Amino acid sequence: MWLKSAGTIQFDWMKRATTADAAGQRSFRTISGRTIDELYTPADVAGLDYQRDLGDPGQFPYTRGIHRTGYRGRLWTMRQFSGFGTPEETNQRYQHLLRAGGTGLSVAFDLPTLMGRDPDHPLSLGEVGKCGVNVTSLADMETLFDGIDLGSITTSMTINSPAAMIFAMYLVVAEKQALRRGSAQGGAWQTLSGTIQNDILKEFIAQKEYIYPPRPSMRLITDIFRFCAAEVPKWNTISVSGYHIREAGATAAQELAFTLRDGVEYVQYGIDAGLDVDTFAPRISFFFNAHSDFFEEIAKYRAARRIWAHVMRDRFKASNPRSLQLRFHTQTAGVSLTAQQPYNNVVRTALQALSAVLGGTQSLHTNSLDEALALPTAEAATLALRTQQIIAHETGVTAEVDPLGGSYFVETLTRDLEDEALAYFDTIDRMGGMVAAIERGYPQREIAESAYAFQQAVESRGQIIVGVNDFVAEDEASIGILYIDDTTAERQIAKLQRLRASRDNGAVRKALDALADGARGEANTMPLLLDAVRAYATIGEMCDALRVVWGEYEETPVI
Amino acid sequence: MPKVRVVIAKPGLDGHDRGARVIARALRDAGMEVIYTGLRQTPEQIVSAALQEDADVIGLSILSGAHMHICPRVVELLGEKGMRDVIVVVGGIIPDVDIPRLNALGIHGIFLPGTPMQDVVEFIRRNARARAESVPSS
Repeated sequence: MWLKSAGTIQFDWMKRATTADAAGQRSFRTISGRTIDELYTPADVAGLDYQRDLGDPGQFPYTRGIHRTGYRGRLWTMRQFSGFGTPEETNQRYQHLLRAGGTGLSVAFDLPTLMGRDPDHPLSLGEVGKCGVNVTSLADMETLFDGIDLGSITTSMTINSPAAMIFAMYLVVAEKQALRRGSAQGGAWQTLSGTIQNDILKEFIAQKEYIYPPRPSMRLITDIFRFCAAEVPKWNTISVSGYHIREAGATAAQELAFTLRDGVEYVQYGIDAGLDVDTFAPRISFFFNAHSDFFEEIAKYRAARRIWAHVMRDRFKASNPRSLQLRFHTQTAGVSLTAQQPYNNVVRTALQALSAVLGGTQSLHTNSLDEALALPTAEAATLALRTQQIIAHETGVTAEVDPLGGSYFVETLTRDLEDEALAYFDTIDRMGGMVAAIERGYPQREIAESAYAFQQAVESRGQIIVGVNDFVAEDEASIGILYIDDTTAERQIAKLQRLRASRDNGAVRKALDALADGARGEANTMPLLLDAVRAYATIGEMCDALRVVWGEYEETPVI
Repeated sequence: MPKVRVVIAKPGLDGHDRGARVIARALRDAGMEVIYTGLRQTPEQIVSAALQEDADVIGLSILSGAHMHICPRVVELLGEKGMRDVIVVVGGIIPDVDIPRLNALGIHGIFLPGTPMQDVVEFIRRNARARAESVPSS
């Protein structure tokens, strides 16, 4: 129905396939450019030792999964990333998602919040509430979770440079909710669970939402490790993210390698800060992309678990099994979504989500069909959630733990991806670690090369994208999208002005000065940020206090 | 024949620069002189870069939804500086309803997700050549 003429399309395709065959050039490659053999046999896995290399699910090296019973015991968390406009609007969307059967929240913040700017800052022009929800102060965080009991849900917050500030706001909201219920504040934090992304290394590598230079940025992260080990023991302090690395153009092997090597860097910094590895490593989690190449993605997740288990046991001598078990969230590949024929995106997303499930993900976000055009409408977001529910409850794939384990093909891919990732580890180790590699621009360059190679494959139609460079529809009907109007900025700025007029500005100043003093010295910044948040200091004010001490990072642009 | 000179810029707070960098490289491979400004440039900085570099074209990469704030300001500044002949093109996530509004500002090169690089190259060649040829090369 989309195609103008099925006959024309078929002819076009057949002509191309035949030409390639006649020239003997037709090769089968993954979306990352990996050549795939026609058939894998026992000879390909001859060196594989079941106990050593796979293990049963729940056993070292966790290739087959970290839980003995897979999804029989518990399904993955269906966690839909969302946020837009004002905290009032996003609160409504959260209530809708929870009513629709969502089992966790995931907060998308707007760019001013991600960059630690107040909505009235000149650089916030046109950006307030556009890519996520604007949260300027504790008052906004209280509104965002109004009517949602933080003690009974888990929340994931995608926030990196200002992770400590936003986390402090969340902790104070939890504290206030507990006090209203008559419980003690400490009790609220001891059981509070959720995740902050807090992964600054991938910001330098890929997404580029950084504020401070790498080394003070790492200090904020180790401050959080230390604080949470004592005060918020069930909180996932970091979600080491390959998602953005992949979206920036990395191959599957590069996503795997750079993400896990980032993880190694965080563990090393924690140990260097004087922490015992088993006190903070169990709270480190990961976040991967589910791209379109089905089997390569599944192999990637399996390789990730095996690499991490070995690194934690052999390199860092961790002994707590939870330190060795790689837990991860997955999001389907935003970059694979097309603006053309947007309903095709539902199918892409379903298949990508299935790869994440077969790879053993702990939680999953499925993208909405309209996200190459705008932030999703409520209808599109609901369909994306339904996609997960269909996989979970109708396909039967959850009955068997690791159904693909032992496949000659999947096990070979798993081993090849592991080998490629470990070769990258060696290169980065020789450079002096990931911070040093980033300062030299190494991962950034590797990703840029892959991004360009992929684009060239698309241009030459070596890589087909349905609806974009083949099977193109002549006349496409447009679909309704969410349009964020500019009153968001006006409303957020008005609230900010009222806040500045009503709060105790002396107390704010005092807390910000204490924060800057702490940052100059050795103090843990978390308690100082909590004091600033309680005084209703804004995100811009808190980030500025540290900008003065640490300066701002600027990368040298390269093409 | 002088090379077409293009300033590629990432305005606003967004750091997603994959598109900007891939396009910058494609234009360079197509024989153009490309200057990439890097991230988080204000309209003032972008126009000033175009002036200093004697650019024929400014390419803006905007995915965040801030285009209706940034594009009019860039066009306005070009007018103030007597640079109305510089062609502005925009790539990124631009809702349909905004396309006529951008056209009204004189922005006709609007490239949405999935655009082949060759289309961008050809648009710039077609529209910028005349200008590049009329400017004496220094």
